[in-house]
Amino acid sequence: MNTPVITDTMNKDFVLAVEGLTVSFDGFKAVNDLSFYVDENEIRVIIGPNGAGKTTVLDLICGRTKATTGSIKFKDQELTRMKEHEIVRAGVGRKFQNPSIYEDLTVFENLEISYPKGRSVVGALTFRRDAPVKERVQEIAEMIFLADQLDQRAEYLSHGQKQWLEIGMLLIQDPELLMLDEPVAGMSVSERKKTAELLHTIIKNRSVIVIEHDMKFVEDIAHKVTVLHQGKILSEGPMAKVQADPKVIEVYLGH
Amino acid sequence: MTKTGRTFFLRPQDMIGIAILAILLLVVLPLTLDNFRLQFVGKYLTYAFVALGLVLCWGYAGILSLGQGVFFGLGGYCMAMFLKLEASSVENTKIQTTPGIPDFMDWNQITQLPWFWEPFHHLGFTIIAVLVVPAIFAFVVGFAMFKRRVGGVYFAIITQALAAILTILIVGQQGYTGGINGITDLRTLNGWDIRTDSAKTILYFVCVGLLLASILLAYFVKSSKLGRILVAMRDKEDRVRFSGYDVSNFKVFVFCLAASLSAIGGAMFTLQVGFMSPSFVGIVPSIEMVIYTAVGGRLSILGAIYGTLLVNWAKTSFSESFPELWLFGLGGLFIAVVLTFPNGIAGLYQTYVAPRLGPLFGGAAKRSDATPPAPPSSGHAPAAAE
Repeated sequence: MNTPVITDTMNKDFVLAVEGLTVSFDGFKAVNDLSFYVDENEIRVIIGPNGAGKTTVLDLICGRTKATTGSIKFKDQELTRMKEHEIVRAGVGRKFQNPSIYEDLTVFENLEISYPKGRSVVGALTFRRDAPVKERVQEIAEMIFLADQLDQRAEYLSHGQKQWLEIGMLLIQDPELLMLDEPVAGMSVSERKKTAELLHTIIKNRSVIVIEHDMKFVEDIAHKVTVLHQGKILSEGPMAKVQADPKVIEVYLGH
Repeated sequence: MTKTGRTFFLRPQDMIGIAILAILLLVVLPLTLDNFRLQFVGKYLTYAFVALGLVLCWGYAGILSLGQGVFFGLGGYCMAMFLKLEASSVENTKIQTTPGIPDFMDWNQITQLPWFWEPFHHLGFTIIAVLVVPAIFAFVVGFAMFKRRVGGVYFAIITQALAAILTILIVGQQGYTGGINGITDLRTLNGWDIRTDSAKTILYFVCVGLLLASILLAYFVKSSKLGRILVAMRDKEDRVRFSGYDVSNFKVFVFCLAASLSAIGGAMFTLQVGFMSPSFVGIVPSIEMVIYTAVGGRLSILGAIYGTLLVNWAKTSFSESFPELWLFGLGGLFIAVVLTFPNGIAGLYQTYVAPRLGPLFGGAAKRSDATPPAPPSSGHAPAAAE
């Protein structure tokens, strides 16, 4: 299962080092020999046409899909051999494309469940809703513009608010690597602006991988852009360089 | 009984609900029913333990088990083995070829008590076994299935198969289990004759006491963070996993808890009714127990208790007059509940009655978070199936 180890001294500084990553579904290689590195405090945006394998890359990193070959190293831990909850506990947070929140619970309870304490069965039974928990939930709720909706059941939130809630659920875990799958998709213009503002505050002191189609938004936040096409990297670099790349223009940016 | 102050364990309306049930079971029914009818209620209440387990397992966590009869039976058989050994003393069985062993073993040419019967000479061991044996069995099954992410309909089918397998095993191993007749002719519990009317009345109150304690336990689990994680899992299992929880552990836990609760019911059944047989283990009783829960409301702890009482009361009165039609009636009732009021009697109560009662209890009607509503119900497999 393991490919020849390509580790050299340089990957020491990277928060995330993906090397030779391949996953094949019945022979179809959704991600094909992919390598990329994410620095500390870097905002990396992954763009690409539909079916390029963007979401699959996030699935592979967070353990939802098992890699066929290749390695994913997060701070010198091999994620491909870890279970999902272990990866989360190691410090990787993942937001799904569709808002993935607990509709039957209140906003407070949604955040409380995500609070990184009492994660075992016994821990959950004896978990107390004490002052630090309440304060942290309050703090996060203010960040995600939901402070006055804490007792609201999550199913009654608007689409944009649900997206914020899920971002809040990740923030309360304080992950070192945050992965966001289309955080502004389906949002109104004003919600989009607020989300950009929110992302600017939360990306401090952590590395972030974002999948996004909205080019204005990408331009606004990206340090570096990776363009995927048919499971492979088509181009990588600062936004300006990628935008000028003729290959990228042909398959993705177009016209 | 409960902690005071700002506790999340029991809300005022829960306490009122439990108090009403306690008064009904401890005062009203014993005063109004004759001994014969009260013993029926006692028998129904043993199924209520199973229904309670199903509320946690199926209603909250979304794990539909069609094999709860297995655990009811294991608990019942553990208790029956103890009682049978006590009834099979050497004096009582001196006409047998081998005195001192249960009569059915003697009929099956077994001349020595099997090793797994030996520890059931002790009441202490038996009580622990009632709780632990089903939990271990549930742990093995749950661990094997939930770690492999078997869920939903597949899980339900496998539990149903287990119910069938255990029944066949019990029937087939007549010499060790009493076969199709079960373990009968139980007489005394540590010398106390359980067949008298007064003993049955006392056992009724013990049963109610244990049920109320189990209800409190269920409320405790429900109101802990674990209870909310179960609901979250039913809704978005992946999100729970990606919040750092090992989802399978929580499923195993709730499945084991439901198994132990069912087993208490089984043991109380054996004590009150005086025998245990494979007819309480198989597929049909297991499904009936799911129906009790569905009718009462699978999201409501108290609803499931009332559902059990009501369906069983209907079963007894109907099958006295139309024995052939009863099973059709039960099936029809289940379909009607699933189609028209998926949250059962408790759902109806909360929609129509509670809002009117609200002013009486000063805000008790604010039940928005009282029971997390069911996921859009199609059929009887909840959303966590996916």
